[in-house]
Amino acid sequence: MIGEPLDGPTISGGHMLVEGALDLTHKVILYLEDITVSFDGFKALNNLTLTIDAKELRCIIGPNGAGKTTMMDVITGKTRPDSGTAFFGQTLDLTRMSEPEIARAGIGRKFQKPTIFENHSVFENLELAMKTDKRVRRSLFAEIDDNTRDRIADTLRLIRLDAHAEQLAGRLSHGQKQWLEIGMLLMQEPRLLLLDEPVAGMTDDETERTAELFKSLAGKQSLVVVEHDMAFIEKLGGKVTVLHEGSVLAEGDLATVQANPQVIEVYLGR
Amino acid sequence: MKTDRRIPFVIRFLSATGRRGWIALSVFALVTCVLLPAAHLWLPNGHPLHVSDYVITLGGKVMCYAIVAVAMDLIWGFTGILSLGHGVFFALGGYAFGMYLMRGIGQDGVYHSALPDFMVFLDWKAFPWYWQGTDHFLYAVLLVLVAPALLAFVFGFFAFRSRIKGVYFSIITQALTFAFMLLFFRNETGFGGNNGFTDFKRILGYSITAPQTRVTLFALTALMLMFTLVLGRYLVKSKFGRVLAAIRDAESRVMFLGYNPLWYKLFIWTLSAMLCAVAGALYVPQVGIINPSEMSPANSIELAIWVAVGGRGTLIGPALGAFIVNLSKSWFTVAFPEYWLFFLGLLFVLVTLFLPQGVVGLWQRLRARSGR
Repeated sequence: MIGEPLDGPTISGGHMLVEGALDLTHKVILYLEDITVSFDGFKALNNLTLTIDAKELRCIIGPNGAGKTTMMDVITGKTRPDSGTAFFGQTLDLTRMSEPEIARAGIGRKFQKPTIFENHSVFENLELAMKTDKRVRRSLFAEIDDNTRDRIADTLRLIRLDAHAEQLAGRLSHGQKQWLEIGMLLMQEPRLLLLDEPVAGMTDDETERTAELFKSLAGKQSLVVVEHDMAFIEKLGGKVTVLHEGSVLAEGDLATVQANPQVIEVYLGR
Repeated sequence: MKTDRRIPFVIRFLSATGRRGWIALSVFALVTCVLLPAAHLWLPNGHPLHVSDYVITLGGKVMCYAIVAVAMDLIWGFTGILSLGHGVFFALGGYAFGMYLMRGIGQDGVYHSALPDFMVFLDWKAFPWYWQGTDHFLYAVLLVLVAPALLAFVFGFFAFRSRIKGVYFSIITQALTFAFMLLFFRNETGFGGNNGFTDFKRILGYSITAPQTRVTLFALTALMLMFTLVLGRYLVKSKFGRVLAAIRDAESRVMFLGYNPLWYKLFIWTLSAMLCAVAGALYVPQVGIINPSEMSPANSIELAIWVAVGGRGTLIGPALGAFIVNLSKSWFTVAFPEYWLFFLGLLFVLVTLFLPQGVVGLWQRLRARSGR
C-alpha cells in the first residue's frame, strides 16, 4: 500500500528511490498538470497546471468559483480529476491514493470552515493529529507517553492555547478554532500544508500572528495559502497565483499580479 | 517507535473503569452471582425471600438484552452509526448455540431419531454440512463467535467502503435482518423454519431445567454483562475510542489526519456484532427457544429504543435502558397487554423530545442542579 511502512530502498536512475517516501530531488513538491474536473458539465478546473517548489510559500487568489477549493480537493484525494496528473514529489501519484494515504504521505489540509473535534478537548485534538502509526491495532493499545506530551505542550504554546488544553474545542472562539486547526496540521508534521482561508474570522492581531507563523514555517515546509485578504497576502510576501474559471490566469509577486489588466478585469469586471 | 510500557496492559484495561464503577460492579456481582442464586437454590418455596424461576429467567433474559444494548451503544452512541439490524447478530449467536442444544436432545425427541424433529419431519436422512461438528460444545462456542462476526465483517466492509452513512446505513441494516428472517423462515434452510429451535434437554450433560443449571447461566450472563461494560469503558477511553468519537463528529477531518475510518468502523462494528452474538447464545438456553421472529425488523428497532431511553454514549445508560424498558414490558404485557406498543412508542417520543441524553442525562442534570 502506498504511504505504508517502507519496503526498503531500490536503485533507480542514479539516486535512491524509496517507495512511498517523498522524493524532492527536483526541488518540486507538487506537480499539477492539465487537471480537469467537471461537475455536470461545469468545469470547476480546466486544464489547471501548477507547480509548487519545496519549502515555498505560495498564495492563491481568485474570485468565487475559480476552482480553489476543488484544487485542494484534488490534491488531498477527495475529488478525482477527469483528466490530468497530480504528483507529490517525483514519485507519489496523488490521483491513485486515498485521503488517509495522502495525509500520511505528508499533505495537511486546513478547511475553510474550522474543522476540529468539538467534543474532544484541545489536548485530545492535538493528540489525534500527531504524526504516528494511525492503524487500529496501534490506537487500541496506545498510551500517551512523555514524548507525545512534550510535543503537544510545544504546539499548545505556539498556538497560544496552553491555558485551554483541557477545554472542549467546541467552546473556543472562532479565531482560536482556526489556530487549533493550524496546530493540528503542525502536529501532523506535513511536508506540504494547504490552508483554505486560514485567517477568516480572526482579529487583526490574530491575523498578524498567523502571518508571522506561516513565514516562519516556510523554509521548512511548503505552504499553499488560499486567501481573499490582500493585506494578509502582502504580509506573507510569497509568489501569488491567480486562478480564474479553473485555470491559472497570472502568476508572480503580488504587485505584478495586481497590475495585470486581465486580473483587474476578472476582479472588477463583474 | 519508542513507547513507555510501564503500566501493564491488564492494569490499564481494568482501571479504565473508575472506582465508582468498580464499586457498582461489585455490588452487582454480589447480587447476581451470590445472593439471587443462593435465594433461588436454598430458600424453600414459601419463604418470603425465595427467588422464583420466573425472576431468574426474566433477569437472565434482561441481562442478555443489556449486553446487546451496550454493544449497540459502542456503534451508535460512540461511533454515530445507527444499526437497525443488530437483532440479526443476536439471533445468529442464538441459533449457533441452539444447534448445539438441539444436538444435545439426542434421541429424546418425539421421533426418537438422532436428527432433530424438524429434520425428520422434512424427511431428511442426515445432517446438512453446516450442522457438522455442532455436537461439540467448544465448536459451537467458536461458531457463536465466528459466524455472526464474519457476516458483520463482510457486510460492514462493503457498506463502510462504499461510505454508506446515516439513515441509508440504518435502512440497509433493516433490510439485512429482514432478509435473514425470511431465510430462516424457510424450512429448507435447515434451522427449523418458523418454529425455530426449542425443547432443549441438556447442556454439557446437565439438565437445562435444573435450578443449578439455570442459576449458573444466570451468573454467567451477569459476568458477561460486566465484562462487556469493562471492555466498553476501556475502548471508549482509549485512543481508539477517541478516534471513533472523532469519526462520529468530523469524519473528513479524521481522514485528512491520516486515519482510515474504514478499519476503525469495521473493528467496532464486528466487535459489537460478536457481543450481540454471545448475548444471543446465553439467551437461548435460558429462554428455551429461538425462532426467526428474533430477526424481525421491529425487534432491532426496539434495541435502539433501549439505548435511547438509557442515554446513548454512556455505556451504563443503555444497560439501564434495557432493564427499564424490558421490566416495564413484562409488567405491561400482563397488566394491559394491548397497550404495550402504544406505551413503547410514547416512551420513545417523550425521551427523544425531553430527555435527549436519556435517563443517565436526566440523572446528571438533577445532580448538577442539586449541587448548585
